[in-house]
Amino acid sequence: MEGCSQNGSSCNKANVVVELQKIQEKHGYLPRAELVKVSRRLKIPAVHIYGVATFYSQFKLEQPAKYIISVCEGTACHVRGSVELLNEIKKQADIVPSETSEDGLFTLEIVRCLGLCASAPVMTVNGKIYSKVKKEEVKDILAEYKKSKKVKA
Amino acid sequence: MKANKITVCGGGSCRSQKSDSIFKNLKKEVKAAKLDVTVEHTGCHGMCEVGPLVVVGQNKKEILYTKVTAEDAKDIVNSAKKGTILKRLIFEHEEDGHQAYVEDIDFYKYQTRYVMRRTGQIDPYKIKHYLGTGGFEGLKLALVMKPEEVIAMVKESNLRGRGGAGFNTGMKWSFIAREEGERILIANADEGDPGSFMDRTLMEGDPFAVIEGMTIAAWAVGSEKAHIYVRAEYPDSIKTLTNAINEAKKEGFLGKNICGIKGFNFDIEIFEGAGAFICGEETALISSLEGKRGMPRPKPPFPAQNGVYGKPTNINNVKTYAYVSHILREGPESFKQYGTEKSPGTAVLCLTGKIKHTGVVEVPMGISLHDIVYKIGGGIRNNKKLKAVLTGGPSGGCIPADKIKEVTVDYESITAAGSIMGSGGMLILDEDDNMVEIANFFVEFTKSESCGKCTPCREGTYRMYELLQKISKHKAKQEDLDNLKVLAKYIQENSLCGLGQSAPNPVLTTIKHFGNEYDDKIKNKKPTYFITESCTGCGLCAKKCPVQCISGKIKQQHTIDQSKCIHCGICYKVCPTKAIIIEK
Amino acid sequence: MVKIFKATINGKEVNAKKGETIIQLCKRQGIEIPHLCHDDKLHPIGACRLCVVEVEGARSLLSSCTTPIMPGMKVKTHTPKILEARRINLELLLANHDLNCTICVRNLDCKLQTYSKDMMVNKIRYEGDKRISIVDETSSSIRRDNNKCILCEKCIRVCNEQQTVYAIGLQNRGFNTKVMPPQGKNMSTSNCINCGQCVIACPTGALSEISEIQPVIDALNSGKILVAQTAPSIRATLGECFGMPAGTPVTGKMVSALKQIGFDYVFDTDLGADLTIIEEATEFVKRFKANKNLPMITTCCPAWVKFGEQFFFEELGHMSSCRSPQAMLSSLVKTYFAKKIKKKPEDIILVDIMPCTAKKYEIKRPEFTGEADYVLTTVEIAKLLKQLNVDFVNLHNTDFDHPLGESTGAGAIFGRTGGVMEAAIRTAADFISGKDLKEIEYKQVQGMDHVKEATLKLAGKEIKIGVVHTLGEARKIMEDIKAGTSPYHFIEIMACYGGCIGGGGQPRPHDDITLMKRAKALNKEDKSKKIRKSHKNPTALKLYKDYLGVPGGKKAHKLLHTYYTKKKHF
Repeated sequence: MEGCSQNGSSCNKANVVVELQKIQEKHGYLPRAELVKVSRRLKIPAVHIYGVATFYSQFKLEQPAKYIISVCEGTACHVRGSVELLNEIKKQADIVPSETSEDGLFTLEIVRCLGLCASAPVMTVNGKIYSKVKKEEVKDILAEYKKSKKVKA
Repeated sequence: MKANKITVCGGGSCRSQKSDSIFKNLKKEVKAAKLDVTVEHTGCHGMCEVGPLVVVGQNKKEILYTKVTAEDAKDIVNSAKKGTILKRLIFEHEEDGHQAYVEDIDFYKYQTRYVMRRTGQIDPYKIKHYLGTGGFEGLKLALVMKPEEVIAMVKESNLRGRGGAGFNTGMKWSFIAREEGERILIANADEGDPGSFMDRTLMEGDPFAVIEGMTIAAWAVGSEKAHIYVRAEYPDSIKTLTNAINEAKKEGFLGKNICGIKGFNFDIEIFEGAGAFICGEETALISSLEGKRGMPRPKPPFPAQNGVYGKPTNINNVKTYAYVSHILREGPESFKQYGTEKSPGTAVLCLTGKIKHTGVVEVPMGISLHDIVYKIGGGIRNNKKLKAVLTGGPSGGCIPADKIKEVTVDYESITAAGSIMGSGGMLILDEDDNMVEIANFFVEFTKSESCGKCTPCREGTYRMYELLQKISKHKAKQEDLDNLKVLAKYIQENSLCGLGQSAPNPVLTTIKHFGNEYDDKIKNKKPTYFITESCTGCGLCAKKCPVQCISGKIKQQHTIDQSKCIHCGICYKVCPTKAIIIEK
Repeated sequence: MVKIFKATINGKEVNAKKGETIIQLCKRQGIEIPHLCHDDKLHPIGACRLCVVEVEGARSLLSSCTTPIMPGMKVKTHTPKILEARRINLELLLANHDLNCTICVRNLDCKLQTYSKDMMVNKIRYEGDKRISIVDETSSSIRRDNNKCILCEKCIRVCNEQQTVYAIGLQNRGFNTKVMPPQGKNMSTSNCINCGQCVIACPTGALSEISEIQPVIDALNSGKILVAQTAPSIRATLGECFGMPAGTPVTGKMVSALKQIGFDYVFDTDLGADLTIIEEATEFVKRFKANKNLPMITTCCPAWVKFGEQFFFEELGHMSSCRSPQAMLSSLVKTYFAKKIKKKPEDIILVDIMPCTAKKYEIKRPEFTGEADYVLTTVEIAKLLKQLNVDFVNLHNTDFDHPLGESTGAGAIFGRTGGVMEAAIRTAADFISGKDLKEIEYKQVQGMDHVKEATLKLAGKEIKIGVVHTLGEARKIMEDIKAGTSPYHFIEIMACYGGCIGGGGQPRPHDDITLMKRAKALNKEDKSKKIRKSHKNPTALKLYKDYLGVPGGKKAHKLLHTYYTKKKHF
């Protein structure tokens, strides 16, 4: 196993962040078995792999639900009612941020600024963007997914 | 005369409102009408607030159509064919009435689009559009100069880094140019400030300019490898940049023997961030690029001496590189003619908040905040009064309304006013905004983005957040406010990196200029709301309550759960029968 | 030639060396700047911010451990502003700390406590949420209590940079940052090889040894036969726990103390060391003559053994099959000695007094049989002696008990880096040359250098020996062996810096000066002995004659040797 110091600049090998991004793209999250594999393949200690996996917001260590609802809590969205929006989603889908709903359909997460500030408040479901979302629209948006039909992005 | 071009704004905002369908329909209608006009996608045109936008060029002017839907395509094409204006879709200014042409609209009139000149005008995916508007001319000119001469030219222009620090770019390049060994260039596109989307707008509107600027830098400092660090939340930017890199390579502006110069090789790779605001800080970015946790490193040594894998590294914001492409093509004077002596050129700002016209704008440095808010921004929405302008995002400070005539957009003036330029985000707040809540919001952000390495930031920002929460909920004493001030100053002076050093800025500036709002929260007992018997059970308050603390059956008196109530007063405001009373 | 230039510290002009950091320069000038995350041997990270200083012209306070001194720099180290900053810093650390100092293992020996007292922190203004963790006591050797962690990252740097074990690292971000093994692992299932260097480095009570003091007290009350054995390095360090100067040899007092608290017999692990040498030298000569399985590597260090089993299992044929000195002696206590006093092994409780937290793990290895029952480290036995009111400093000297108390000078030097090799060569050289060589001191393998080597010429052959300490160096050695490029025939590996005198169970501090004094004490003991070669130890010779048979023989193998198994690493 090659020594790889956290502080020094001796790690000139494959990039852990990039590798984890590839795994997450394939599986939707970072399964433990894959992390063990990548550690052995890159000869990088598991503490470093986990150190990176738990540092960045993008990486999920638990399998998310079928639909990931992301609500933007950036400044512009915040002053334009993202809190109201978030509360409505919490109510309609019966979840809290970072958790999955009981029916296993939705995972709710808060993101910081998607860069669509002029269309605030913004939410996405599996990447599909909903902008200038009004509280009243939440029920219908979620209903589309509750029917479990895949909506075209 | 009939129209000669139709462009559809492809900015993030417009696209999220289905501008792709508009594009498709316009193309269909143009074909059906047998009109000899090309329909093109462009980057963000600017007036996001009234999007989706379509621009029709006719009679040597540009007509701006606003709030367009896909169904309007037929009518637009008909007007274009006839050479007339479709009145129902043009912009209506509150005071000045209908304004059809871009050049008449204040939002555009007062801008100086130097680095954003192509954004909103060309298709960002088409290199021939770029080449047709002077693209890569700057590079060609640089390649007949000596590298030192290029650095001297950039130095002479006094282009200050547009990432926020404002350091002289030419001087920064000269540091790395004199180091030995392989040199790495990095373009920082980790635009993490919530409420900032200037970099994104540029990358998705004129990506080739960034590439050209980087290639010029590569020539000037002697680099063969570069990375663009783009945050993962910008997949569209990644698309436009990837395309730009590939196209540039095909045409010989990247890769091996660029522009036919043997031995001048340069490659750019895109690195996706993984969701960490701290990675906008240059040493944390370097750590992240090396595949590690994005933890900042103490400086010295500086990246110019010891950067990615120990190699000399130069990091500039994407906008800075784009500026370089124009400075090389048109000369330093083209840049210096705008702005002030110490802050020459233009600034790309992002207007958000309670302003009428949100969006990305470019203005000459030295313009007053007043002009930004009222001339370009169109003033405050819903006829409210301006309270403050926050510059620099969560690392910045607030400038109260009574100062906006004297404070100008340049490094010196804003710093003197107690804030920072930052990357250019400007949040406009009105009389309804509570400054304690705003400070609370920003600190909540910075504390959750702290990397956790140094004590002042890791522990301190969290404690600032707890104190602000306490103050916000009317549970604090004067002692808490005093402790907050002491803590904020300590974090500013002791943190390892810029995140910690600037996290207290919103707190300290709001306390300085809006101390009364803090005092109010402390001195006043929390206003408690009660629903009286006059309640008709309409349920409106329960519906509007942001924390769902009001319960009751229809047509029966409702009650407020005081333990959950956050005292926002919305129920009081909306009650149609004034059945809710306040007790202070 | 190092460049020298002038700088100003607290108004006084001094000579600074190019490449020094401010804290290093100040130390040379006798100015002690408070610090928590700084360590001379570790890469500086500037995390704790306690060492901040004022530098004229700088925008903010700078950490003196990371900022290099520059010509003409003007630095102030102790102004009221800096004091206030340090106090708030401590307040913040205390606000996220388990403040039950009275029941903490580091009470009165904790840097956080000391600084808070010295800097007059008398209130904690910033209280709120706390990081709460479950205490990890799953390991046999190391106890981890993250409620006392101040995130100085010293344990991580020691484990990753110095030892290259990678058992622990940072996880999560910001306020929720924690130092832990990879997710799903705890201290016992992680890569941890139990060396305890993290315990030595930790400024607070976050890391400590797993305590066996209570079971030993119970044992002393049990009515069974109590036997103690003391490792070579204890006699050079135990005195420090009682305020004696570093490197005071306290062999006789040590035995007296143990006798006083109730041990029936006190044996000397140095005898075990002598046996180790006899077995190991025999093994080495065999391999050397056959030119097989070379280089041979010593195995008295259980942290190194686990390291090898985890990371270099394919190369384990190079390890000596000998047990460590304590394991050899334990084996004899529970068999030979039990028979001699006509008692069953279960009626004898054997307590090892060891410098090393890894020994707590070693006695539980399934590969061993007939082992010691408990291990107490130097600091643990000191605590027990104090509790039982032993006036250590004024004790008279007592000799070790027979039949397992006689040792040679070679056994004594086991406790320092290079000592095992020197002892082994004294015997191996005699075996190979067939003579009783007069030259027995090998200065090339003495001292604190990370890698020490020598080439010996014996009976017309050249033997290249190498000595390393810290596992980072061990890793390099093993990589060479793996690649087939190792030039050595015989290698000594110690996991701890300095050898056992710097073990995870030894009292702090572990700076070079203290370690060298301790090494000197062991060398002194060696020189004071009449017999300085292991194979001349009369007791050892008698053991072979009466009980063990021949060195390397069948019975010797059964009782004094062991085997290794592959262990997982992550």
